[in-house]
Amino acid sequence: MAFSKERTEFYNDLTKKIRRHIVKMTNHAGSGHPGGSLSATETLAVLFNDHMNIDPKNPEWNDRDCFFLSKGHCTPVYYSVLAELGFFPVEELMTFRDVDGRLHGHPHSGHIPGVDISSGSLGQGLSVANGVALAAKLDGSNRRSYVMIGDGELQEGQLWEAAMTSAQFNLDNVCAIIDWNKIQLDDFVENIKGMKDLGAKYKAFGWHVIEIDGHDINQVDEAFKEAKRTKGKPTAILAHTVKGKGISFMEDTADWHGMAPNDEQLEIALKELA
Amino acid sequence: MTKMEAPRQGFANALIKLGKEHKDLVVLDADCAKSNMTNLFKAEYPERFFNIGISECDIVGTGAGMAVAGKVPFVNAYANFLTGRAFDQMRISVCYSDKNVKICGHNAGTSAAQEGATHLPLEDISLMRSLPNMTVIVPADSLEMEKAVEAAYNFEGPVYLRVGKLPVPVVTKPEDKFEIGKAIKYRDGSDVTLISTGIMLDETFKAAEELAKQGVEAEVLHIHTIKPIDKEAILASATKTGKVVTVEEHSIIGGLGSAVAEVLAENHPVPLRRIGTNDRFGVSGKMDELLDLFELRAARIIKTANELVGAKVNN
Repeated sequence: MAFSKERTEFYNDLTKKIRRHIVKMTNHAGSGHPGGSLSATETLAVLFNDHMNIDPKNPEWNDRDCFFLSKGHCTPVYYSVLAELGFFPVEELMTFRDVDGRLHGHPHSGHIPGVDISSGSLGQGLSVANGVALAAKLDGSNRRSYVMIGDGELQEGQLWEAAMTSAQFNLDNVCAIIDWNKIQLDDFVENIKGMKDLGAKYKAFGWHVIEIDGHDINQVDEAFKEAKRTKGKPTAILAHTVKGKGISFMEDTADWHGMAPNDEQLEIALKELA
Repeated sequence: MTKMEAPRQGFANALIKLGKEHKDLVVLDADCAKSNMTNLFKAEYPERFFNIGISECDIVGTGAGMAVAGKVPFVNAYANFLTGRAFDQMRISVCYSDKNVKICGHNAGTSAAQEGATHLPLEDISLMRSLPNMTVIVPADSLEMEKAVEAAYNFEGPVYLRVGKLPVPVVTKPEDKFEIGKAIKYRDGSDVTLISTGIMLDETFKAAEELAKQGVEAEVLHIHTIKPIDKEAILASATKTGKVVTVEEHSIIGGLGSAVAEVLAENHPVPLRRIGTNDRFGVSGKMDELLDLFELRAARIIKTANELVGAKVNN
């Protein structure tokens, strides 16, 4: 069932707000990763606001759902989602990458409420998600474990080791979101080490696969619901997205993988997000 | 006759004992459960044992996730593959994240024996020592191993534990107090300090006895915790004897010898000799043959100590 009119408006506002944070934060730092943050905005907004069992006032609560940002460079979107939920003050976003701040370029657990593991070396998130999921099964807990993986990141072998682990232990409490924006640092993924039939890969590894438009909040919502209903196997949500989504000059180019907008570019971007 | 026992046996005994009291203790293995003797834990507590398969990077990350969920995971694999291949996972998912994961590197040192160079970890201590937040423990025998496992469980934070496979003499005593970060002084002496770690304690004892017969009184300091290292104990002894020899079943690059050299060089420089493997790979051979080949024997300790004691030193 589609989101209500109010909820749709809420997400329209929220995703615009998050995108504004992303360009302002990277502009403030003079560095960072806007492209893969803008592509992951809808998936993370819907996940955190409608699906995860979490409490911003009690981020360490035992039976909470866990999220791991395996593509750890996409902190602009991650921090924005957490701040908008109240894990820390929204004003703090403008300390992004500051030497005396806690919002480092890549997330560091123990510093930021809501961040359970440090990441930034690609490929490590799914193994960690599996660990939480295995512990949850052992405890008879209903907690779920989510991980966001980049499509370029899938070139890291550990993600396929971990994909086998999730399937071997029937971890239906694991849900991986692949932010399939088709672009990595240097170029289009297909020009470097292509994913070919990614859905078939995950199916062959024993996963339930859902393929969606990752910018359509209703499709995103339905995918997370379907993942929760899926028993006996982990779910991979292959979210087709556009790198740099929402800002005309950043869309669908590798140039904005790891580059910050200057003041002039920021102004244009903010106008487009008005 | 000194009792011989494999350190991994003490390791398994401790896991089973702790597992009974502590339901949060879980054991993960990378398809080496029979060799690492974690199959004994599995037999007692099958629901808390996880064979993650031949994937060292994945098992370390899985352990980190278990720790996020409040478990105390003991992650087991062969030391060289674990510390070499999964170094980055230990760096980011375990140490930088400061997760309560116990990394257990098996087949340590010469106990990989006839498996040869690929399986002989002679660099693991060096690698683990370089990681911020990591505590590095190298027990001397199966009895000390049991105490080390218990201490590692009770310690909050990442720990690397080096576990030997083959039987070695049990030279420590039940009454010896094991405290992470604290050296144990086994012999008082005034002429030279012998600092050993791991299974080299046995040969170091033998060397000290023989040296005494030759009129050289050696102080014996056993360092089971390479990191954090017991600076006070090292400096107190070095100040007394003025000469130090380190002995380890590991490369002299980055291991005990390096750790002691750092302490001495910055605080109280005295003549130092490091005994270990000399920037080389292993070969296939029985453990005794490898200890002979690498000259990890009392004879070399005696010779080295005598050279230091006899040398004219400008200090």
